[in-house]
Amino acid sequence: MARVVVDVMPKPEILDPQGKAVQGALPRLGFTGVVEVRQGKRFEIELEGEATAERLDDVRRMAETLLSNPVIEDFEVRVLP
Amino acid sequence: MVTFPGSLDEVDAARAIELAGGEAVGLWHGDADLKGVDAVLLPGGFSYGDYLRCGAIARFAPVMSQVIARAGEGMPVLGICNGFQILCESHLLPGALIRNDHRKFGCLDQRVVIRNNTTPWTNAYEVDQEITIVLKNGEGSYVADEDTLDRLEGEGRVVATYVGNPNGSLRQIAGVTNERGNVVGLMPHPEHAVEDLCGPGTDGLGFFTSVLGSLAAS
Repeated sequence: MARVVVDVMPKPEILDPQGKAVQGALPRLGFTGVVEVRQGKRFEIELEGEATAERLDDVRRMAETLLSNPVIEDFEVRVLP
Repeated sequence: MVTFPGSLDEVDAARAIELAGGEAVGLWHGDADLKGVDAVLLPGGFSYGDYLRCGAIARFAPVMSQVIARAGEGMPVLGICNGFQILCESHLLPGALIRNDHRKFGCLDQRVVIRNNTTPWTNAYEVDQEITIVLKNGEGSYVADEDTLDRLEGEGRVVATYVGNPNGSLRQIAGVTNERGNVVGLMPHPEHAVEDLCGPGTDGLGFFTSVLGSLAAS
């Protein structure tokens, strides 16, 4: 069984109000020196068998069609050891 | 009018259609059958709980394969609020809707200016006519890249803009249309402004009389 992670993040040029809200809360808790917070999503996908190149292409297609919206988000696919 | 799990405004939309003189037909998200309707309205609400992204799951509902196919053939399709989000996720319309810049849910009577009155959903209005309809959303901030925004403005595909900017939408965009002009997405709700008794007036009725007029003319 292979575990694959898909990280989805808002594109740098897209406003991230959730990240901004978190960033605003941190100083109130005493955490200083935080310049920016961006909030994304992490998907953990378990695959049958090995994470072959073909299966990873499938995961990339999942990421493009459903897990992310390419208009506003970027994604990265990686295999967990 | 399509009902998805989590849709909220299909009853008001049906009422608006009937008040305008049309016949409202309920469609179910799980049926790939449009029951012979002449136009489709995707209502507001929180389809599939807004899980993943607003409209992202609804876009793959069985009914949407038919909606996308018929939209490609020129059938009038209007998406309001969550319906607009679904149309963007379906790539029937460019851009996307993200969380309001002020991070709060807004619910207010909103002044909107009609910028394009050549679509089947807006031909009852004048260009630059200001109307007041209801805006209620948490994720209504319209975004697209600069090239897309320039193209939309250049081609007259911005259907409506806000007076002011209630949610951080780029270039104050409240609604857009596709290249062909038959698919319109609108963040504010015309179906909540069709009767004096329970709304800010009847300015929203024009969207529904527009499409009935277009269909009758064709």
